[in-house]
Amino acid sequence: MAGSTADRIDITGFNLYYHATRALEDITLAIPEREVTAIIGPSGCGKSTLLRAINRMNDLIDGVRTDGGLRLDGEDIYQRGIDVVELRRKVGMVFQRPNPFPKSIYENVAFGVRMGGNGLLKTRLDEVVERSLKEAAIWDEVRDRLQRSAMELSGGQQQRVCIARALAVEPEVILMDEPASALDPLATAKIEELIFRLKEKYTIVIVTHNMQQAARVSDRTAFLMLGRLIEYDKTSKIFTSPSNKLTEEYITGRFG
Amino acid sequence: MSEHSRRKVSDRLGIGMTGLATALILAILLVILGTMVAGGHRVISWEFLSQPPREGMTRGGIFPAIFGMVFSVLIMLIAVLPIGVATAVYLHEYAKPGHWLTKLVRGAVNNLAGVPSIVFGLFGLGFFIQFIGRGLDASLGKEMLFGQPCILWAALTLALLNLPMVIVATEEALRAVPRDERAGALALGATRWQTIRHVVLPQALPGILTGTVLVIARGAGEVAPIMFTGAAYFLPSLPKAPTDQFMTLGYHIFVMTTQSPDIEATVPIAMGATLVLLCLTIALNLVAVVIRSRTRNALRKGR
Repeated sequence: MAGSTADRIDITGFNLYYHATRALEDITLAIPEREVTAIIGPSGCGKSTLLRAINRMNDLIDGVRTDGGLRLDGEDIYQRGIDVVELRRKVGMVFQRPNPFPKSIYENVAFGVRMGGNGLLKTRLDEVVERSLKEAAIWDEVRDRLQRSAMELSGGQQQRVCIARALAVEPEVILMDEPASALDPLATAKIEELIFRLKEKYTIVIVTHNMQQAARVSDRTAFLMLGRLIEYDKTSKIFTSPSNKLTEEYITGRFG
Repeated sequence: MSEHSRRKVSDRLGIGMTGLATALILAILLVILGTMVAGGHRVISWEFLSQPPREGMTRGGIFPAIFGMVFSVLIMLIAVLPIGVATAVYLHEYAKPGHWLTKLVRGAVNNLAGVPSIVFGLFGLGFFIQFIGRGLDASLGKEMLFGQPCILWAALTLALLNLPMVIVATEEALRAVPRDERAGALALGATRWQTIRHVVLPQALPGILTGTVLVIARGAGEVAPIMFTGAAYFLPSLPKAPTDQFMTLGYHIFVMTTQSPDIEATVPIAMGATLVLLCLTIALNLVAVVIRSRTRNALRKGR
């Protein structure tokens, strides 16, 4: 079923516990390369938790344990000896609320590269910043004020700077946690357009509670409920003829 | 009385009571300042600030006391800032919040903050001078170099006294940095230390600076911790090394008001010295306000 050729992320029998509660139960899901995979489901179903399992951001929360398999390019990212910092450079993330640093636009985009420690020449760094801002479709709006604070931008612009910031590190996978939920419809449309273009180069996993958005931007959709994966299939199939009754009820708006 | 007028009266009463309390505070401050200005302003001159006391402190200035105060406060800062900030960073950024050790350290910090300053003075005498100082002297084969009251031990005692303040102020400042920004940095592949160094600390800096200035003001004014550990009644010359004893403003005021051979002649000088100390404290607080608003603006603009 799910992308037999090139699966970038392979999740098998994955469980996540928060203290005594099991937040994710036996998730099995293969996410193909250079596609957009949407994770949908009612609030508290564990969709963000699943997303954050892919770059191990859940590690920051006290009392989280996992078992089962979660492979990135065939490598189990939860095995001993995995460098989480290295993993997060391969798996970038965009958050629900735009969270630029209170630094200049330039410094925001250059941040990940600088922290990576490969002391780039200023001209090379300039190139990376420009390329990333172009890729994130915000270059034209900020090219004249790269040294101004990112905090002065609108919410939608801030979010695209955050995307540029993630792209600058040259990740393989980009995780997006409801990237447009704090934005107005116009800014949302821009982000969606951007996602559509980014999938030519990147594997994208997006969490959204907006079903139209999932239908618009994604190639595959995973439906989660109460920590279980209910259905995972091509988006066109999920939204036209879901095989599970719960999926159908959710997407037709009967609950959630 | 109607409900309406009853509410009006209680409203007035509320405003009146809180206003009265505020006015009382202001009045106290004004009375203190006024007394000191009235009694001491005549002695204040460039000579007063730049000359040593003469004739049993009935003449002359207070320069050695100002010098000693600055000297000791500087050493105190060198000791208290790195340790205090590092402890706060550890407690807030690394330690698990629910862990018993974290709770223990936090409890210790809070208790330390409640210890009377005279106890710190006695501790400094016992620990720094008798134990560490004498020990150093014995092992270095020196006679009475470290094992006696001096600026170093007084400054370290002050550092100890102010440690909780630095820790609490720093933790407060760290708490104000949004969690999202830490997550953002970590998600970009920054290490925890890089996140702290490049994202968290720059934003916490205004808060840390504010705490620092308050600590300076407190360090400059405290008398009890230093009277056994380094402050001298009177010294004919300025201290040259951290192992020398020193005069300092707070202690000097205490000495002048309690030990003077001619109280009539000393009172104006003591009042002048107090005025200087008060002005210094107020000036420091103003500096804190300025630094704070500047760094905050710079942060908002993003450098």
